[in-house]
Amino acid sequence: MREKVIIVLSGLAALVLAHNLYVMLLVLPDEAAQGAIFRIIFFHVPAAWTALLGFLAAAVASAFYLARKNLRYDAFAVAVTETALAFAAANLATGMIWGRIIWGIWWTWDPRLTSMLVCWLLYAGYLMLRRAVEDPTQRARIAAVFSIFACVDVPIVFFSIRWWRTQHPQPVVWGGGSMDPAYWNMLFANWAPLLLLGAALAAIRMRQEEQQRRLEALRRQAHAW
Amino acid sequence: MDGRNFTYMFYGFLAAWVILAAYVVALVGRQRRLERELENFKHLLEDREGERK
Repeated sequence: MREKVIIVLSGLAALVLAHNLYVMLLVLPDEAAQGAIFRIIFFHVPAAWTALLGFLAAAVASAFYLARKNLRYDAFAVAVTETALAFAAANLATGMIWGRIIWGIWWTWDPRLTSMLVCWLLYAGYLMLRRAVEDPTQRARIAAVFSIFACVDVPIVFFSIRWWRTQHPQPVVWGGGSMDPAYWNMLFANWAPLLLLGAALAAIRMRQEEQQRRLEALRRQAHAW
Repeated sequence: MDGRNFTYMFYGFLAAWVILAAYVVALVGRQRRLERELENFKHLLEDREGERK
């Protein structure tokens, strides 16, 4: 069943993405000031939304784990965290390439960029921490507490451009900035395939976490004999 | 399409997809390792079960 869901999600993501790429590159009008590079926003912003949503979902699942002690919540938390980390890396990389052309620099210690990098490092630390603890229940408990702690950075990333004066562009979504409706629609339209892809990758990763747990149980059984 | 900065737009798209593709490759590698290790442990436990009998 899960195999079929993963295939359907991936197939849908590929179809929507192919359509979006066609519209993005051949139909949408150019942005007057930035030229072609403006189109990076259609991956940069949805990748950030997917990542931040994944980190929030991981924190919720971690809270559920601490309340109910069901290891499926822990498997879900690690699956969405790892997938979200890949999207966060895509967000940082595309932002740096855009900044190189528009700002003339690859990186600046601006509150938005810095908080996103800190977010990435925190969740990379979460994954490293998991590798350091052998006992599954202890690992799940420590990781859940860490995930809830790391989640504090998510609203800081999101609201940083409202709370501080930043070099990063001001918010165009739920903010004071404005954008052509055609760009606006594409921004949301391209979030759909990234969400579908993220869900498919998280489902694969969750299955692997369950297999890993089975493997650890077999290993303990083998040592006990 | 306006040709300005087209190369860097391409690099941006490429970077995003290379990162996600690298993650998919890592997932495939992990899946293969898990299946191999699960198979090995199952055989090991079956062998030990046989030795006991």
